[in-house]
Amino acid sequence: MNETPHLTPREVIDLYKAEFGAGILDARITERGEGVHKTKGYNIWIRLDKNLLRPAIKKLMDIRFPHFAVIAGNDLGDEIELLYILSVFYGTKFGEYMVTFGIRLSKADLTVPTITDLIPGALLSEREKQEFFGITVTDIPDGRRLFLPNDFPQGVYPWRKDETGIKPEMVRELWTIDRPKDRPVPPVPEKKPVPEEPAAEGTEKKKGGAVE
Amino acid sequence: MSSDNAKQSIPYTVPIGPVHPALKEPVMFTFQMEGEVVRSVDFAPGNTHRGIEWMGMRRNPVQIVHLTDRICGICGIVHSLSFARAVEQIAEIEVPPRADYIRIIMHEFERIQSHLLWAGVAAHELGFDSLFYLAWRVREQSMDLIENITGNRVNYAIVQIGGVRRDISDDQRPLIEQGLAYYRGLLDQMKNVFLDDSTIRMRCRDHGLLSYRDAQLLCAVGPTARASGLAMDVRHDYPYCAYGDLDVRPVLPPAEFGGPKGDVYDRIIVRLLEIAQSIDIIQQCLDNLPAGEILWEKKLPKLLLTLKKAQGEAIGRVEAPRGECMHYVRMDGNDAPATWKVKASSYSNLMSWIPMLKGEQLADIPIIVASIDPCMSCTDRVAVVQDGSAGYLTKDELTRLSHEKTRRLIQCR
Repeated sequence: MNETPHLTPREVIDLYKAEFGAGILDARITERGEGVHKTKGYNIWIRLDKNLLRPAIKKLMDIRFPHFAVIAGNDLGDEIELLYILSVFYGTKFGEYMVTFGIRLSKADLTVPTITDLIPGALLSEREKQEFFGITVTDIPDGRRLFLPNDFPQGVYPWRKDETGIKPEMVRELWTIDRPKDRPVPPVPEKKPVPEEPAAEGTEKKKGGAVE
Repeated sequence: MSSDNAKQSIPYTVPIGPVHPALKEPVMFTFQMEGEVVRSVDFAPGNTHRGIEWMGMRRNPVQIVHLTDRICGICGIVHSLSFARAVEQIAEIEVPPRADYIRIIMHEFERIQSHLLWAGVAAHELGFDSLFYLAWRVREQSMDLIENITGNRVNYAIVQIGGVRRDISDDQRPLIEQGLAYYRGLLDQMKNVFLDDSTIRMRCRDHGLLSYRDAQLLCAVGPTARASGLAMDVRHDYPYCAYGDLDVRPVLPPAEFGGPKGDVYDRIIVRLLEIAQSIDIIQQCLDNLPAGEILWEKKLPKLLLTLKKAQGEAIGRVEAPRGECMHYVRMDGNDAPATWKVKASSYSNLMSWIPMLKGEQLADIPIIVASIDPCMSCTDRVAVVQDGSAGYLTKDELTRLSHEKTRRLIQCR
């Protein structure tokens, strides 16, 4: 395979704009330098039309075979945004860029084509997105659940922020759970609970550790 | 060999797990076996999925940093560092250079202890328990230094958003130097016992092969990828913390050992050489440790207020002992981040088991599975049913098979 020489982040974006034109909805570069010399690392973010996802990944494979990291996702209300996070030009001293392709799926049509025929290693991430976001990856070679147990209720998607997300009754608040009742009697008798002191006026009962 | 079941056919389905022969962490394997030989592999993680990302999306970033410490007991710093780096980019927080250097010193000590822990586990899988004890004894030095620097052996709690929570004082430096000198003196001995041993070579050379192309296609990272010849190392490719100031090259199996073959032996070589590399990096960081503050903002309410206002998205990425670790964070002006996605290094490496295990023997499973140094807590067990019956092979039995194979090879009982 003939490889493209090393490109700057801007050149990568220009290549995409030239090939996909209006299909590129937004393209930007973020940079970050740390340490004493503040040597810069670059991230390329490309938001594009859903139908261009596979061609965009193929294009990146033509530039240099990328490393596929993960698919992240955002529940934006009416849509679910999937972010395909890859990196390109690894092996080059400080020359690797993260390339993120963002596509939006309407909640009325939560289907996305698989990319496992291009990058087989993306399979675990696609399976994870199916169970956590309730999307359907078409032509996925293995559509089983990955992390969620088989007895996890169908139709509940943990990372969704709508009515299909985790329901309040599914959340067990650790501080409200009493000790199990079906255990043998401990050798040392349990301590009696300390009687609660009457709360001072105006103070509310303490909530748990979570923000909400 | 039951003769009453005419339908019994090859291959046999052999489930192993979820409690794993090589790991103290659960992942379920199902092997299709033809006699002693593995024909195909399937695995199911998820037994330690605790919904940490879901919990995080209901907490503020300062609380999440302490949650990230608990994703994995070995990678105590990589997750908190990845997360903190993502949040710092969103909130445009500049980390003081001294904090960047202390982060790296901790990052490399973690690599030393993680690789030594792995070396011990690998030796145990092969039946070399004396080597296992040696590796873990040697590991204690790095654990002691980690405790000295952070106050904890695990769950270091040293990373804070905007820097680190503890400084390295001048009194601590001689202790760290002593620790580094201790490891320098041991390196040759470690290389000797691991690499010049004919039995280790017999058990590991040409076993668990992962080709360059498969490593690329299956998105392998870290020592697993490097042992297959992929020159990828986040510390070299993508500057972060103080690595932009240093010269870190990806460690590939050297030609003197036959070049990158992508087998278990190469993965041992890469990890051992990386321990030497980590010692050098820590020394460089100590020699060039800049003076100054260690935190961008000491007052937590002020930090939280800044974080609450922050909007945007970013990727925090570091080279964990097992490979690339990455966190994606999106914040939308609330206390808690709108999205938090953790991608641990083993998440990328698990798929590599499929080509590695194909064609190998049952007794080789423990060492091959262990060779990618899988971390199920980060990503998220093995039971063998023979002849379709419920006869499970436990961890002990499978490890016994592995030990017996070693003894057969060295022709002693």
